[in-house]
Amino acid sequence: MERVRSVDTVGDAARTPDLPQPYGELGLADDEYARIRHILGRRPTSSELAMYSVMWSEHCSYKSSKVHLRRFGATTTEAMRRHLLVGIGENAGVVDIGSGWAVTFKIESHNHPSFVEPYQGAATGVGGIVRDILAMGARPIAVMDSLRFGDLRHLDTRRVLPGVVAGVGGYGNCLGLPNIGGEVVLDPVYQGNPLVNALCVGAMKHDEIHLAAARGEGNLVVLFGARTGGDGIGGVSVLASETFDASPDREGPAKRPSVQVGDPFAEKVLIECCLELFAANVVDGIQDLGGAGLSCATSELASNGDGGMVIHLDRVPLRDPSLRPEEILMSESQERMMAIVRPDDLESFLQITTRWDVEAAVLGEVTSSGRLEVLWHGETIVDVPPRTVAHEGPVYSRPLRRPARLDRLRARTPDRLPRPSTGEGLRALLLRMVASPNLCSRAWVTDQYDRYVRGNTALAMPDDAGVVRVDEETGLGVALALDGNGRYGALDPYQGARLALAEAYRNVAAAGARPLAVTDCLNFGSPQDPGVMWQFAQAVEGLADGCVELGIPVTGGNVSFYNQTGDVAVHPTPVVGVLGVLDDVGRRTPSGWRTPGQAIYLLGATREELGGSEWAFAEHGHLGGVPPVVHLADEQRLADILVNSSRDGLVDAAHDLCEGGLAQALVEACLRYGVGARVWLDEVCERDGVSPFAALFAESTARAVVAVPRSEEVRFTDMCAARGIPFARIGVVDDGGSGADGEPVLDVQGLFTVSLAELRSAFEATLPAVLDA
Amino acid sequence: MRIGIVTFPGSLDDVDAVRAVRIAGGEPLRLWHGDESVHGVDAVILPGGFSYGDYLRCGAIARFSPIMAEIIRLAGPPDAASPGLPVLGICNGFQVLCESHLLPGALVRNDSRTFVCRDQRLRIERTDTVWTNGYAPDEEIVVPLKNGEGGFVADRATLDRLDGEGRVVARYLELNPNGSYRDIAGVSNAAGTVVGLMPHPEHAVEPLFGPDHDAQGRSGSTDGLRFFTSVLQGALSV
Repeated sequence: MERVRSVDTVGDAARTPDLPQPYGELGLADDEYARIRHILGRRPTSSELAMYSVMWSEHCSYKSSKVHLRRFGATTTEAMRRHLLVGIGENAGVVDIGSGWAVTFKIESHNHPSFVEPYQGAATGVGGIVRDILAMGARPIAVMDSLRFGDLRHLDTRRVLPGVVAGVGGYGNCLGLPNIGGEVVLDPVYQGNPLVNALCVGAMKHDEIHLAAARGEGNLVVLFGARTGGDGIGGVSVLASETFDASPDREGPAKRPSVQVGDPFAEKVLIECCLELFAANVVDGIQDLGGAGLSCATSELASNGDGGMVIHLDRVPLRDPSLRPEEILMSESQERMMAIVRPDDLESFLQITTRWDVEAAVLGEVTSSGRLEVLWHGETIVDVPPRTVAHEGPVYSRPLRRPARLDRLRARTPDRLPRPSTGEGLRALLLRMVASPNLCSRAWVTDQYDRYVRGNTALAMPDDAGVVRVDEETGLGVALALDGNGRYGALDPYQGARLALAEAYRNVAAAGARPLAVTDCLNFGSPQDPGVMWQFAQAVEGLADGCVELGIPVTGGNVSFYNQTGDVAVHPTPVVGVLGVLDDVGRRTPSGWRTPGQAIYLLGATREELGGSEWAFAEHGHLGGVPPVVHLADEQRLADILVNSSRDGLVDAAHDLCEGGLAQALVEACLRYGVGARVWLDEVCERDGVSPFAALFAESTARAVVAVPRSEEVRFTDMCAARGIPFARIGVVDDGGSGADGEPVLDVQGLFTVSLAELRSAFEATLPAVLDA
Repeated sequence: MRIGIVTFPGSLDDVDAVRAVRIAGGEPLRLWHGDESVHGVDAVILPGGFSYGDYLRCGAIARFSPIMAEIIRLAGPPDAASPGLPVLGICNGFQVLCESHLLPGALVRNDSRTFVCRDQRLRIERTDTVWTNGYAPDEEIVVPLKNGEGGFVADRATLDRLDGEGRVVARYLELNPNGSYRDIAGVSNAAGTVVGLMPHPEHAVEPLFGPDHDAQGRSGSTDGLRFFTSVLQGALSV
């Protein structure tokens, strides 16, 4: 049957300049629409309008964040760039890790879709970030995820959390990517706005880097992967005058899903196919299709390259033949890539895609016109300068204003909150804390993830960082940690960002890896709220300044705005990923001790810092005061100690201190291998002037606990002294304690003793009790 | 000794099986699903993964690939006394073997309805197979288990037969992670040449990259390696 539907062509647009267009419903402001008309010298066609509307959306154009994000590039020094092979601006940053190897990594959000459809929202979030890594020319080697949900016991959390976890696992496991770590945070502030941030890391040789540029007149533009359907086209249906009534004369499905549906098998096949294409050297440029689908891929490839491209949209393989061209341009069907292929290479290219049963279609070619032209059955429906679509979108300097309530929040310190001082009280508090929703075991989640596939995972949850081997011959590998803290951000967005950076940096060092680079996912409320915008600007500044102090650059990342329900925005939640390198992943340091008799040292100084702490929140529902002070120079010194002593075998275990303080770190280090400890706090309390309560539950920064073999104690303490790191010998690793039958215990001398069995029971029960009920 | 490892579209642990064979001292040869020949290898491994996306049923489509036609022919019927081509099916590979009727029974969705990844304790109950002759009878090992559809099921007559004839290769200990009947983790054909196993021995071959502890509680488990060294022994003694 002939598809006779009149399509809005460039000719039509020139002839009918005053045709009213639904630009408002597509999210374009009056001035933005006027600017499009000015750029084109006429009204846009409906396809061009669709293209601009989605590419100029917040998600694609970063229009509210660009002016602030520039700070990253502006503050990155040459020294910070020394390991960077590709910086901000590409699909992902690329870091040189030595011996001709490079890794590429990035984090992205898929928050709103995960609230609507938890499984597919999370699954396609993973799929999208994996394709970004693949598009750099790398083999994806691992994933991580940072998840935030509402209150654990809320009914809707029971809908969202299991679905998201199943989606992350379902997609990642099926792709054959080990999940090596991340975080799960539960806080009512995220009830209506869960945060799903997915990270992927890939490895390649230096000469395997591919970029997303369309160069070389006459080179072919090839779309390959899954067929295109009506996924995720959302508001574009306005152009097709769609209603959501199913009437008999409708030619196609009347309803379009707003959340994309993923097929991880298709992506696995696509990955293997792409890597073979790269190896055969038949790909000149490559881009993945993510948000805004073909609109994005074509305009970005053209804009990054020689600037001209012609596309025959009717050649796109379709799942749904009723799609209009505007819909095809906007479709966010998953598992698709776009390659620029030299004509001489096409045959080899198609041989490989055929072998993998991957569909490929030559859509058009690179031109010298400087325009992106899209044709539909021979008629021109798009003729635009690609730069204006992809890179010259609107840039807003939204108003910022420090929220007035922030002073009240900071004034409401936790100082007067009741806290136990007796051994019995502290013991009971400890058991409540390890069972609290944010400190308890995440095994319910992480047992749904394959950590082993590809056989290169040297460390994964619950350790501080995920560690993956890259080179099987030498053991060269990378470590990654992903951290954030929304409560700290709420109290001080500038410091909150620095604290997130410090934590991820510290975690990478605790595993024994030298931190090299940073990625970030900035999750905030509405940019139209000056208070939120102020928080955002502060966080970017804090993170950029922090990176300069630590000497490691942000290589790429993601911004997610509009995480808010009505007036309630989520806490400012920058999630920071730090990547480090290990010359030999065999030397990585786990987070728990296992050799009795080893000395336990606490590194760093403790202050009475409970603002924004897990204790204040879990025990008293309190958020107020100021977050812990962060001195990045101290973090650097600590990291040096951790990395060097790991490499030299001076420590057998290292665990950073963060949420839940020393108490949580000690419990986790004991439960890691089920080996107890005898510790004493009096030296630390006296030296730092803090109570036992504060010693256990304060969240001061730049601290870690380590287990040191007796034979290495002198060398270790000399190293600490030389670097000016406060250290205190606070205990001994002890397999048989004062428990019955020598069962392992955590004995905090002078205060309390608790068996590991009791701790484990409290630690492991919480999530299953609620989620499996 | 050459061991062929088949790659189907969606196979994931093929590279890990290749590594395990190499570490064991064998020569791995990668086989393509579309190829009709196994190129004269001495044994074949069907690896873990999600072949064909687990469409229809796990392993249901892989079973019809050209290479499986050849493998089915060479392996021989499950009750045959005389040995054919040795085949080890791991996880998805086990599913393919059941779909191919080279082994009895079937694998269904975990009773927990979730994917489970855990370090699993097993007892090796049949050690006169090509793949397990390196273990002591009733030896306990720890290897990773990671699947969503790992529940072994069969009718009572089949289960009784497997038990009666000593064809259960491995059983879950301490915890049944997926609801498999009679805690069965792996089964074999009569001749002991074809073995299907749900857990992943290929992920317990390098001490730093597998489970934290082996069955003796020692740091780092290489308990899985003997699946791959056994076949090298077995071929020599045939």
